Amino acid sequence: MSNLMNGAKMLLECLAREGVDCFFGYPGGVTLPLYDAVYDHHIKHVLVRHEENAAFAAEGYARATGKVGVCCATSGPGATNLVTGLVDAMMDSIPIVAITGQVTSKLIGSDAFQEADTFGITRSCTKHNYLVKNIGELPAILHEAFYIAGSGRPGPVLVDIPKDVFQAQGHYTPVDTIHLPGYKVPMDGHAGQVRRAAQMMWEAERPYIYAGGGVVAANASQELRELVELLDAPAVCTLMGLGAMPSGHPNFVSMPGMHGSYASNMGMYNCSLLVALGVRFDDRVTGRLAAFAPHAKVIHVDIDPAEIGKNRTADLPIVGDVKRVLKKLTGILAETEAAEAPKMAASRRAWNAQIRTWKAEHPYDTTRSDDEIYPQHLMTEIDRLSGGEAIVTSDVGQHQMWAAQLIRFNEPRLWINSGGLGAMGFGVPSAIGAQFARPDKLVFAIAGDGGFQMSIPELSTIAAHQLPIKMIVMNNGVLGMIRQWQELFYNNRLSSCALDSFPDVEKLAGAYGFKGRTVEKPSELAKALEEAVREPGPYLLNVKVKQTENVYPMVPAGGAINEMVLGPVEVPEEVTR
Amino acid sequence: MLQIISVLLENKPGALLRVTGLLSARGYNIESLTVARTVDPELSRMTIVFDVEERLRTQVVKQMNKLINVLQATDLTDTPSVCREMVLVRVRTTQENRTAVIKEAEIFSARVVDSSTEGFALEATGETEKLEEFIDVMRSYGEIDVTRSGGVAMSLETKKLRLQPPVPTRAAATTKEEPVVNV
Repeated sequence: MSNLMNGAKMLLECLAREGVDCFFGYPGGVTLPLYDAVYDHHIKHVLVRHEENAAFAAEGYARATGKVGVCCATSGPGATNLVTGLVDAMMDSIPIVAITGQVTSKLIGSDAFQEADTFGITRSCTKHNYLVKNIGELPAILHEAFYIAGSGRPGPVLVDIPKDVFQAQGHYTPVDTIHLPGYKVPMDGHAGQVRRAAQMMWEAERPYIYAGGGVVAANASQELRELVELLDAPAVCTLMGLGAMPSGHPNFVSMPGMHGSYASNMGMYNCSLLVALGVRFDDRVTGRLAAFAPHAKVIHVDIDPAEIGKNRTADLPIVGDVKRVLKKLTGILAETEAAEAPKMAASRRAWNAQIRTWKAEHPYDTTRSDDEIYPQHLMTEIDRLSGGEAIVTSDVGQHQMWAAQLIRFNEPRLWINSGGLGAMGFGVPSAIGAQFARPDKLVFAIAGDGGFQMSIPELSTIAAHQLPIKMIVMNNGVLGMIRQWQELFYNNRLSSCALDSFPDVEKLAGAYGFKGRTVEKPSELAKALEEAVREPGPYLLNVKVKQTENVYPMVPAGGAINEMVLGPVEVPEEVTR
Repeated sequence: MLQIISVLLENKPGALLRVTGLLSARGYNIESLTVARTVDPELSRMTIVFDVEERLRTQVVKQMNKLINVLQATDLTDTPSVCREMVLVRVRTTQENRTAVIKEAEIFSARVVDSSTEGFALEATGETEKLEEFIDVMRSYGEIDVTRSGGVAMSLETKKLRLQPPVPTRAAATTKEEPVVNV
C-alpha cells in the first residue's frame, strides 16, 4: 500500500495508526499545513488557550489512561511554551508526544520569524527528540517517538517538523518495524535476583512495601496487591503512586514523606526490609538520606537502571518491568508460602500491630469548625462525594498535600498531579485531558487560588466543550505553601504571598457561560459541593478556607523522616513593615 | 586522577550534545573529547576524559547508556585499556639549538612535520604523561605553540555489543505480546 499525500496528512495517518483519538494544541504560522489536514480528519483536535496547557492536557490524558498523550504547538513561542509541560512529563515519567512546527528547512538558523532552536532547547527535557529533515523519514520517526514515549520508563518525546516537510508530497508506506539498536527496554528481572528477593522477604521481621509511580506506569497494581497480601506487609504509596493500593486496603498505611502520615514515616524509619517498587527515593520522600530507613535492607525494583543506587544503595537491585518482576515474585512467594510464612509470623503480627498503633496515635488531621472552613474539611467532603471513584486532578501546594492525604482512591490513574516538577497551573488543564480521556468519569480539578489564576484561560476551553469538570478552588487568599514556609522558616515575614484580589467566581464562570459559586460557611460546604456535582456542565466552586492553616505532619527539608513536626508550633507574630 | 569513558554512538545530528549535555547539566567540565567515525560509517566512537567523583561517574555512564543514540558507554577507568594522544608542537629555536631539538624529538619518537629557519613543527603520540614531558622539554628551547588531540582510548577486553532487535509498531503488532528484548 502506498499513496501520495503531504507530510501533514502523513502525520495524521501515523497518529491514527498509533491509536490517537484526540490531541491538544494551538496552531501557528508553520503548522497551518497541519491544521489544514486536521480540518477534515477523524482525529479530534482540542484547541486549548495556551500551549503549556496543551502539554498538561496531554499529560492528563496519559495519566488517566496510560496511553500516549499528544500535544502540538507551532515554532518559536509555541514550542517554548511547551517546555514546562515536557519537563513535568520527564520528571513524572509520563508518556507524551509533542509535535512542534519548525520554520522552513532552508530558513533554519537564519533567525527567521518565530524561529527557535526547539531541538536544542528540548534536548534535556525530553526522553528523546527529533528534527525531521525530509518527508521520507517522517513516518518512521513518528512511530519511534510513540514507542520511545510509551515503553521502558515512559517520558516525553518531541518531534520538530519544518513547514516544508508538512507541505512536501510523498508516498506513504506504513511502517511496521521500529529499529532502535541502542534503546534497551529492560523486561524480566534477573531470575536469581527475584528468587533471592523472595527469600529476603520471608526472612524479614519488619518488611515494608514502598510503591511509587512506576507501579502505576506498569499497570501493576493488581500484582502489588497480591504481593502485599501474600506477605501481609504494610504498604505505602508515594504521591505518584497513590491509588496503586486501594486506600481502604487493610495493609495500606498512607503516603510517606515530607507531608506523609506519622505511621508511614515511622514505618519507613523502623522497617527491617524496604521493598522499593518503581520509586526513585525522591528527596521529598526520604528527607535526610542518612536517616532514611536506617535499619533496613533495600530491595529496589525499577525499569530504569540509572535509578538503582542513585540516592540509596540497594542491597538487592532488580532491573525490570515492575509488573513482570512482581508476577514472578508472587509466583515464588505463593509456592513457598506454606513452608516459609509461619517462620516470621509472630514478628510480622507485632509489626502490623505497631503500624496500626501509629496510625491510631496520629491520624491525619481532619479538623473542622463551625466558624470557618478548614482545608481538611473541604478535602474530606470531596472524598465523601468521590467515594474513591472520581478522578481528582490537583495543582501544586498546600491543597495538593491535603488532597493527597485525605482523598481516597480505589484504583490507580484517578489521582493526577504534578509530583516531581511541582508545576503550578497543572490542575485545571490536566483535568481537561483526563475528562476527554474518561468522559464517563466524575472529574474534580482542585487548585489553590494561586494555581487557579494561572489556568483561567482554560475556562474558555472547558466552556467550549462543555466539559463537566468540577473546579474546586481552595481559596485561602495566599500562596499557602509559601506562607507556611515563611511562617515556619522565615520568621513569619510574609513576603509576596498574599493574593489580595480574586475574581467574583459567579461572574467569572457566568462570563464563560457556566455556573460558579463562592462558599464561606462550613454549614454550606457539603450542599455546595453536591450542587456542583449535580450540575451537568462545568462548575466553578470557590471555597474560602482558613488562611493560616498549615499542612502537617511536616518533615522539614533535609530533616530526618522520623522527626516530624506533628502540629502547630509557637510562631512569632506576623512582622508588619 | 582523570577518568576515561568510551562511547559508541549513532552518527546522528545532536547525538554528541546529548552525551556531553549529561555532564554539563551536572556542572562538570570535560578535560578532553574526541569523536570520529568507526569502520561502520553510521557509528561514531567518542572518548571522553574528565574528572568526576566515582559515584557520579557510575550514574553518568548509566545515563549515557540510556540515551537512544548511544549503543554502548563503557567506563575504561578501571579496566584494561590503552589511551593515546597526539600533540603538534611548533617550537621557535635558535640556529645553535636546532640539532639539540631534533635529538630531543628523537628521544620522544616525535616526527618533524615542518622545518623552517625559525624552528620546527613536531608531531608526537603517546600517553598523556609522556606528551606533557615532551611539551615541557620543548618549552625549554624557546617559544612554543601546542595543539593536543585529546585522548583516544580502546578497551583491551572484548565486550560483546548487544544491539536491540527491531520491534513491530503498535499497528503492526498482530499479537498482544510485548516485544522480547535482550537485557
